[in-house]
Amino acid sequence: MFTEAIGKKSNKVKNIVERGAVRKFAESIGDMHPIYLDEETGEKSRYKRNIAPPTFPRVFDYGVIEDLKLPNKGLIHGEQNYHYERPLLVGEEIYCYTVVKDYYEKQGKNGSMGFLVLENGGEDLAGNIIFTSSSAVIITEAVRKGLKV
Amino acid sequence: MKKLAEMQVGESIKEVQLEPVSRLDLIKYAGASGDYNPIHTIDDEAKKAGLPGIIAHGMWTMGNLAKLFTPHFEEGFIQDYSIRFKGMVFLNDVITLRASLTEKTEHQLNFDVAAVNQAGNEVIKGKVVYHQYQ
Repeated sequence: MFTEAIGKKSNKVKNIVERGAVRKFAESIGDMHPIYLDEETGEKSRYKRNIAPPTFPRVFDYGVIEDLKLPNKGLIHGEQNYHYERPLLVGEEIYCYTVVKDYYEKQGKNGSMGFLVLENGGEDLAGNIIFTSSSAVIITEAVRKGLKV
Repeated sequence: MKKLAEMQVGESIKEVQLEPVSRLDLIKYAGASGDYNPIHTIDDEAKKAGLPGIIAHGMWTMGNLAKLFTPHFEEGFIQDYSIRFKGMVFLNDVITLRASLTEKTEHQLNFDVAAVNQAGNEVIKGKVVYHQYQ
């Protein structure tokens, strides 16, 4: 199932960098800096508004890849990368999608481990890429058996 | 506060030690991020998954680590942030955030970054490429 999914892409989903969501997120990682939260600090900054923390895209909706069913339990997050063209601005709309980049299996101590690489992207309305991110997720043999894949 | 641009290769940003990890920290992150995988918040679910207790979201630790750079928002931004999740973070662990400058180019500062637990083990590790404005 995962191998067949390589190259498949989700629909693009409109997301808004919401002020309240940024506040809640900044608080949850203990980074209550005024550049994220205080409007005046944002206006006086080079960005002319507030920005969002670099791992904020965890919040976004990236759409659904048809036929790719990921379990909501038992996945191990192995790696995470972000690449930014510029910081995200509070209030802006970002169009997000996800692509299955790769899937492969390796023999490990506890049977065969599946490695799924997902790439996410966020664009502005004009289609300019603002950020990309990739995640490597490890799916153990036991979890795959549960999925019958 | 010293500017990142004034740092020399080999120097580190002043490290930050977090308060011991609490359940509330992880409940807040679950709510803020939308990651409700119960191994991060509910003991029984963590045990069912073969863990000794709940563990922090890897992304919680990664989110925390990036704050070493937040005060420098006028100087530049994190262009690339790459992390490997190496070890689990449990309740009451005391995590220290570290970043050291490894390379300086014209508009770019490269850092090795890590979050280390009270036993001195790296729980996450990676790199930050910091893009400096002109």
